[in-house]
Amino acid sequence: MSKLKKYLDDTFKSITLPLLAFLLAILSGGLLIAFSDPKIYKLWKSPLEFLGTGFASAGHAYLALIQGSIFDGNLTSKNFLLGFYPLSETFVVAAPLILTGLSVTLAFRAGLFNIGAQGQFIFGAIGASYVGFHYNLPLVIHGLAAILGAIVLAGLWGGLVGFLKARTGAHEVIVTIMLNYISIYFLLWLLSTQTFLRKGRQDPIAPPVNETARLPKIFGMDYRINLGIFVAFGVAYLIHILLTRTTWGFQFRSVGANTLAAKTAGMSVPFVMTSVMVICGALAGLGGAVQVLGSEYALTAGVAGSFGFDAITVALLGRAKPLGTVLAALLFGALRAGGLTMQANTTTPIDIVLVIQALVVLFIAAPAMVRAIFRLKNVKSGSDMAAKGWNG
Amino acid sequence: MSKVSKLTPIQKRRQRGALTLLVLSIASLIGFGVLQKQSAPVTYKFVLEKEWIAINEWTLDSRTGSYGFSIVALLFSIWAFSQFRRNKKIQLQSALGGFAILMAFLCWAASGKMIPFTGLLQGALLLSVPLIFGAMAGVLCERSGVINIAIEGQLLAGAFAAGVVASLTQNTTWGLIVAPLAGALISLILAVFAIKFSIDQVILGFVINVLVIGMTNFLYKKLLIPYQNTWNSGPILTPIEIPILSKIPLLGPIFFNQTIIVYLMYLIVVVIHLSLFKTRWGLRTRAVGEHPTAADSVGIKVNNLRFRNVIFAGLVAGLGGAYFTVGAVGAFGKEMTAGKGFIALAALIFGRWSPLGAVMAALLFGFADNLQGILSITGTPIPSEFMLMAPYIATIIAVTGFVGRVRAPAADGIPYNRGGSH
Repeated sequence: MSKLKKYLDDTFKSITLPLLAFLLAILSGGLLIAFSDPKIYKLWKSPLEFLGTGFASAGHAYLALIQGSIFDGNLTSKNFLLGFYPLSETFVVAAPLILTGLSVTLAFRAGLFNIGAQGQFIFGAIGASYVGFHYNLPLVIHGLAAILGAIVLAGLWGGLVGFLKARTGAHEVIVTIMLNYISIYFLLWLLSTQTFLRKGRQDPIAPPVNETARLPKIFGMDYRINLGIFVAFGVAYLIHILLTRTTWGFQFRSVGANTLAAKTAGMSVPFVMTSVMVICGALAGLGGAVQVLGSEYALTAGVAGSFGFDAITVALLGRAKPLGTVLAALLFGALRAGGLTMQANTTTPIDIVLVIQALVVLFIAAPAMVRAIFRLKNVKSGSDMAAKGWNG
Repeated sequence: MSKVSKLTPIQKRRQRGALTLLVLSIASLIGFGVLQKQSAPVTYKFVLEKEWIAINEWTLDSRTGSYGFSIVALLFSIWAFSQFRRNKKIQLQSALGGFAILMAFLCWAASGKMIPFTGLLQGALLLSVPLIFGAMAGVLCERSGVINIAIEGQLLAGAFAAGVVASLTQNTTWGLIVAPLAGALISLILAVFAIKFSIDQVILGFVINVLVIGMTNFLYKKLLIPYQNTWNSGPILTPIEIPILSKIPLLGPIFFNQTIIVYLMYLIVVVIHLSLFKTRWGLRTRAVGEHPTAADSVGIKVNNLRFRNVIFAGLVAGLGGAYFTVGAVGAFGKEMTAGKGFIALAALIFGRWSPLGAVMAALLFGFADNLQGILSITGTPIPSEFMLMAPYIATIIAVTGFVGRVRAPAADGIPYNRGGSH
């Protein structure tokens, strides 16, 4: 009993800070929505009306956000369950986000900062798309082959970073920033080649992936939600096992905690760095595969959206833990999915989501600040954002 | 000298540099010369109007040109080798050799076509302007030990502020005044969180970029689009011709017929270079970036100095951001900096964290960018995407140490807390 109590206590302590940070960010975002509309400044003579109008517009925006991400009463006329269509969209967005988030999380645990999830995602999408449209294979095998293509390509692309870091000491942040740009230009070039040009189209879009390679929809044709979200959950569990129950995972964490100590203990740091980046690349690439095979069905220039970048905020909000990452990805998936509805139904641009994301991470990064605001004691602040230099 | 001895790291770097140049010249000789499918005339067009000497165009045969320039590059690489033997610097030889290879490439790529040479250089300079500002902001931060990934955000904030304020006041001067302040505001976030809270500066910079992109996108859609006439229709700076200097053949119209922002850029580069290496402030800044404990022990207030330098960096990058709006097109566009802050970061690294090196790298990247633009119009044998990749590949090659390892200031990114570990 006391063990359970301790566990709950610990969980509560480690979840308090992210939750409060999120609350603060939502509040700040609300203020931005409320007071960025020039119309309300005409009401400044009556302060009550002024504030009321401002908060009403923020309230409407957030209501639309919830309608777009969880439940929308307007969709229930035919079938009550259809009201949950927005929730299914949240899961569609969250699936690749969980995978890219895990990629960043795993790298964090090994002491590496993987800004390159975007590029690895792109290479995964390329691999999945090519196997998906170029070959004709039986149902299940085709899907697996496409996923394998994605993992291999993206794993190599990610592994390159670890290899360069291990061999030459090149900082992974610099290398991954550069590789992200190289990836996007490579994708643009690829989409202009004959192989990747869809017949009868001039714009950069690859042929659609064959039906046999697509991930099955799990709640019928009305919803886009597909097997991808379960793949993501499963992989998150595997990463949890890898980190906590295997020697390999222990090595990752040791190198992350103290490279020198790990080296002294006889671990091969170059091997750990390279292998961890291979897995990180494969994870982000799997995200690309889920996006292409699960919901997009074709490679486009904008296939990666901002999955690789959102992944970083996801991993930071999730405190670099697999479960935390899943929850954070669901949250940001909801913001993304809801943001589209919000932008369509109210005058609030979806970009408020970016502001909220950035603020959440800033608030989490400065526990001292959040603690001061809420007068908290005794919450875990975590050291997942302790600073390291370019040369280390 | 004939005795085989162990080479110092610098000598090794020179040896590898000379070797690289040699390999590249031979590759150029073969690739652009021998393997060139058809020979056709290349015309370099110079648009010169009011200069002392008038050259209008220069036409040469493309294969002859490629051969000629490759051989020149080969000679430079041999010269570089002899410099290496005599234990001397090879910078000049490498630069000239690189330029010759570039010309050989141009002869090959533009075979049978015309290259607007003045326009090529002029455009290159203009594309380099935000890169140079951004890289200078990077120098100020990183030389004093604070990593600045947020250059992109600082540029974007400057561009936004300058565009909006110039539009509201219909006065470019106000835009130029407000832009640095906006950049400094972004720097303030960086400084407070990095120095006071000791947060990882890479993560911090990344998050600041997201914040600025989100904010400017939000306000752009919410204010600048619906109220375009008042909020987003700012005036543009007019070029100022400098009396005598602008008459210098070729260089005059390129460098000395520009807007005030470009002249401010020259000034900032010179001031930063001189102060970093010749003044007390510069010595202290470098000390704080390399060895803060030692600096502290002689009475330098490490964190104060870092704080101030980060704010200076914001002022510089913010002013650079103004180039995008009041310096070029007037109106602000969504995410209009388009990753220029990261190319600036690449230039900073490629230039080995030195002001002049960063300027050279920025000019080179600007040149590659503009060359790509021009060749994609005239048509080229290389896909333009690969040319766009060039700065990034070059930076990776630089940090992996293929041609001499680049090294950041030793304490770059490490917070300083007196008397304790962080």
